[in-house]
Amino acid sequence: MIGSSRFRTYVAHAVLLVGILIVAFPIYYTFVASTHTLQTILRPPLPLLPGGEFWNNYSEALLGGVNRIGGVGVDVLLFNTLVMALGIAIGKICISILSAYAIVFFRFPLRMVFFWLIFITLMLPVEVRILPTYKVMVDLNLIDTYAGLIVPLIASATATLLFRQFFMTIPGELVEAARVDGAGPWRFFFDILLPLSRTNIAALFVILFIYGWTQYLWPLLVTNHNDMNTIVIALRKMVSFADADTQWHLVMVTAMLAIVPPILVVVGMQRWFVRGLVESEK
Amino acid sequence: MATVDMKDVKKVYAGGVEAVKGVSIAIPDKQLCVLVGPSGCGKSTLLRMIAGLEAISSGTVSIDGKVVNAISPTDRDIAMVFQNYALYPHMNVYDNMAYGLRNRGTPKAEIDSRVRSTAKVLELAHLLERRPRELSGGQRQRVAMGRAIVRNPKVFLFDEPLSNLDAKLRGQMRVEIKNLQRNLGVTSVYVTHDQLEAMTLADILVVMNAGLVEQMGAPLDIYEKPASTFVASFIGAPPMNLMALKREGGHARLAEGVTLGVEPPATAATLGFRPEDAIVGQVEGKRALVLPAVVEAVEPVGAESFLHCAATGDRVLVRVSGRATAKPGDKLSITASLDKIHWFDAAGKRV
Repeated sequence: MIGSSRFRTYVAHAVLLVGILIVAFPIYYTFVASTHTLQTILRPPLPLLPGGEFWNNYSEALLGGVNRIGGVGVDVLLFNTLVMALGIAIGKICISILSAYAIVFFRFPLRMVFFWLIFITLMLPVEVRILPTYKVMVDLNLIDTYAGLIVPLIASATATLLFRQFFMTIPGELVEAARVDGAGPWRFFFDILLPLSRTNIAALFVILFIYGWTQYLWPLLVTNHNDMNTIVIALRKMVSFADADTQWHLVMVTAMLAIVPPILVVVGMQRWFVRGLVESEK
Repeated sequence: MATVDMKDVKKVYAGGVEAVKGVSIAIPDKQLCVLVGPSGCGKSTLLRMIAGLEAISSGTVSIDGKVVNAISPTDRDIAMVFQNYALYPHMNVYDNMAYGLRNRGTPKAEIDSRVRSTAKVLELAHLLERRPRELSGGQRQRVAMGRAIVRNPKVFLFDEPLSNLDAKLRGQMRVEIKNLQRNLGVTSVYVTHDQLEAMTLADILVVMNAGLVEQMGAPLDIYEKPASTFVASFIGAPPMNLMALKREGGHARLAEGVTLGVEPPATAATLGFRPEDAIVGQVEGKRALVLPAVVEAVEPVGAESFLHCAATGDRVLVRVSGRATAKPGDKLSITASLDKIHWFDAAGKRV
């Protein structure tokens, strides 16, 4: 700690509290809105304290309210989003750890060319290549499929670079010891590299899961049927619902439900996440 | 169990750098061969070529009479102890030792009995569940040894295994390694830059310099008859005193007023004597090399003291046992008996 005087502690806590307030208040306000009736929400100002409609709103949303507006239930939306987020996170980790493994531990012709090819894709975000990617998905008949949602997003230069940096810190002696101990490339990967990378994998998983969960543009393009919608897309459709007034209380409930899974992932993996970011176990 | 033969082994790296320039060493069964030399002399490269971690550019390495140039490290039946131990950080001591056996498909019961008996020998039995980071340096070193021993290989390879330990532990482990190697009777190659380790461990000592073998033989033979000025200054601590001879009218001499005591061999260009072979003062009635000298510094070590002196333009080191009475600035004579003087020619080779 830099200082330990009482005054400094107060200042530090005050700054943190302001920060928390700024981050947490919109979420709190969404929660508050999700516990009031539509009439209360539409008649400003919205109260600062939760109302008494928690059970009504949440059961209405879960038991068909969202279905009535968007054509699919919250359960389907959550499931779709979960599949996409998990697919993207796991897919990205698998692909990037394997390509980093190849680039760091094997000597093959054009190794650096491949490395730079991967590196260059950092400069091409999804938005830049979205039209050609869409055309490819159409040609492959992958519109409105989970594969169509996931596959175009799983190549990841960032994750590859992170794993590369980590692999480069593994001492050459360890690789040689494994060779003398009779571990071939696969054995070395599974017995030594993977266990050593587990904190990095956990940290990446958290980041990538949230990245996948909050995807907007690509799912919007590649899904047409309502029952393939992700929860983020469904929220947007609920807001701009054309035939009637926006059901704000249900929108707020859906928004709260959309926030819960990422929070669970972060809280559940917090210990690993922090460890993966700060220390490497060696 | 096994012999190791190197025949004209060379290592040329891409880019033309020659790290090992043709080395032939034959290590008989159960012997411990120490490769010693300054950093960059190619000793580690040579070891890694025996291990199979480095490709052999030309020449052959054979283990037990079989050429192993094209055989992978796994199948050479060798075990290696690395400088930084290279223990698998995520495995406990037991798994670290068992890993090599598991990869070779050894039955579980046999793995267990071998790991446990090796752990007992190395006094690691109570540490089997620990992770490497929970161990001290000396314990890690033991685990690294255990990992090699448990496999019961034909050859042990040691790559400066003690250089990360503190001085006291190093001395202790040195003795342990020697005893283990002798008890197990496994042919071993040991790389070090520490001449003390080299002298005490070796059955065969190989002094390397710039990719070549300078001298090979029993440690004390090398100590007593160094083949070159390089070996003379590398083996022995503190190193041998070397003084250049001047030739005047066919006679070799050191400087004005210095008795060489003997006519040196015709080709001699350098004379050398060890600090422990010289005494302070003069000995009556004996032909000897007598150097007038001025004490520059005194290093008391306890059992002995070293006098750093300036004599005829050279720096000369003399060992005196016990406490030295001389002080910096004192003038004295240094006497070395003639049978303890080594002669080297202009190329640095022993005459």
